[in-house]
Amino acid sequence: MFAVAAIALFIGMIMILIRLYAGPTLYDRVLSLNAFGTYTVLFIGILGFLTGRPDFLDVALLYALINFAGTIAVLKYFRYRAIGDTSPTPSGKPMAKGKLNDQGAKS
Amino acid sequence: MSILNLVFEIFSWVAILLGSAFMVIGAIGTLRFPDFWSRVHAVSVADSAGMLLLTLGMCIQGGFTLVTVKLIIIGIFLFITGPTATHAVANAALVSGFLPKGADRFRRKIVIADNAAKKAKKKKRSPLKGML
Repeated sequence: MFAVAAIALFIGMIMILIRLYAGPTLYDRVLSLNAFGTYTVLFIGILGFLTGRPDFLDVALLYALINFAGTIAVLKYFRYRAIGDTSPTPSGKPMAKGKLNDQGAKS
Repeated sequence: MSILNLVFEIFSWVAILLGSAFMVIGAIGTLRFPDFWSRVHAVSVADSAGMLLLTLGMCIQGGFTLVTVKLIIIGIFLFITGPTATHAVANAALVSGFLPKGADRFRRKIVIADNAAKKAKKKKRSPLKGML
């Protein structure tokens, strides 16, 4: 039973990798990357049960956390071209790196 | 007690096999669908239904141990963050001007109506300009 689930997840991961490679736009690739992370989390869990040692779930939990943060970081980078502080300035645009804001304080 | 065990075993089998089927279906949809927006739909099927069923089956197999607690934490976390990440990707695509197929037709209609309304407003503002 766990072998069936592991094989199904493996086939799904290969299909999503093909889409990740061949995706025509950036958003296809980000979407497939996120889906691939979810598949990997479940695959790690199933693999732990399959080998009779379900202690890999800590790894799966950590992978889920990093996957979500990574997806949001990639999207933020392509939206603002910066990962750091992108809080809007009074002019409506995110502040350029190393410049002073309107109050003269460096962020 | 053994009948209860059998029922739990069958239930977890059904959940895991159904979850695997959902995962494969989502992957096939991600690979084969023609458009980004339909691919979002396929990915969300695998993200919510397949993930929940697989986690449920693994929880029943784990029994009353720490493994089940970890699995429940993983399930809750993925249940919250999966749709959030999918929504973030779709929202970023929409904001960047990535319209669904056929949506530009409606947009052109709206623009034409807007231009007509602007023209009517301009005419109303100075009706005697050409006559004097």
